[in-house]
Amino acid sequence: MSLFNIFGVAGSGMAAQTIRLNTTASNLANAETVSGSAETTYRTKQPVFEAMMNDMLSQDQGQGVQVSQIVESDAAPVQRYEPAHPLANPEGYIYQANVNTVEEMANMMSASRHYQTNVEVVNTSKQMLLNTLRLGQ
Amino acid sequence: MDLLNNYFGIHAQSMQAREQRAELIASNLSNVDTPGYKARDINFEQVFAAQLPKPVDSSSSSLPSLNRLSPALSPSNSQPDASLTNIQYRVPLQPALDGNTVEAHVEQGEFMKNSIRYQTSLEFLNGRINGLINALRGE
Repeated sequence: MSLFNIFGVAGSGMAAQTIRLNTTASNLANAETVSGSAETTYRTKQPVFEAMMNDMLSQDQGQGVQVSQIVESDAAPVQRYEPAHPLANPEGYIYQANVNTVEEMANMMSASRHYQTNVEVVNTSKQMLLNTLRLGQ
Repeated sequence: MDLLNNYFGIHAQSMQAREQRAELIASNLSNVDTPGYKARDINFEQVFAAQLPKPVDSSSSSLPSLNRLSPALSPSNSQPDASLTNIQYRVPLQPALDGNTVEAHVEQGEFMKNSIRYQTSLEFLNGRINGLINALRGE
């Protein structure tokens, strides 16, 4: 029955948005992280979403969403000359994570809105199912 | 039995199509950030027409809305599974760069409309059932 499938579809959407919120939180928490070399610096992580393939390969069914991978940004970390810093390399440079906090805030808002949308879908479907169960009473 | 089916009218078929549509819109909404995902929907009239039982006698007017829907609803459409192939892609108002054509506000509105119409069918069925119960009681 289609209405029951909605719970799975919307649930997968909520799970994917949770992972997105998780990576955003990790990025924001590490926005000020510094290290002594460019290789070990924290890099911005972003989840990549993809539509779930159905088992039955039928086109009439709803498709959930899943996180296929989490990619790390290849943008160069911010290099700063701070010889007094305890982590500075012999040349006196430290490297700061390449997190764009404004972008992450926008990501966070988008993820939380879409999570709410999925919750709303589940609630509405639940109401429809319950009303169907009460049919004729 | 046929009498009972006619009594309940087209609401059962309508609810089936509404359920299928709700599932598709829910998958659009959960894939709102998936790159390359194309928003899908069904043409409700076509699905509804395919799910309608073929009228046994064309002169019987037990389903008056059948003729009003569209002239293409002739019983010559012999494919019972036509409902499963009527999925179409939505034309986006503002295409996104990542190839995703889901517009969350459009889908939210459609989902809401769809669920209200589903509940409308439920209300109609409820009324019919209550009427039937009253008639059986004969009070």
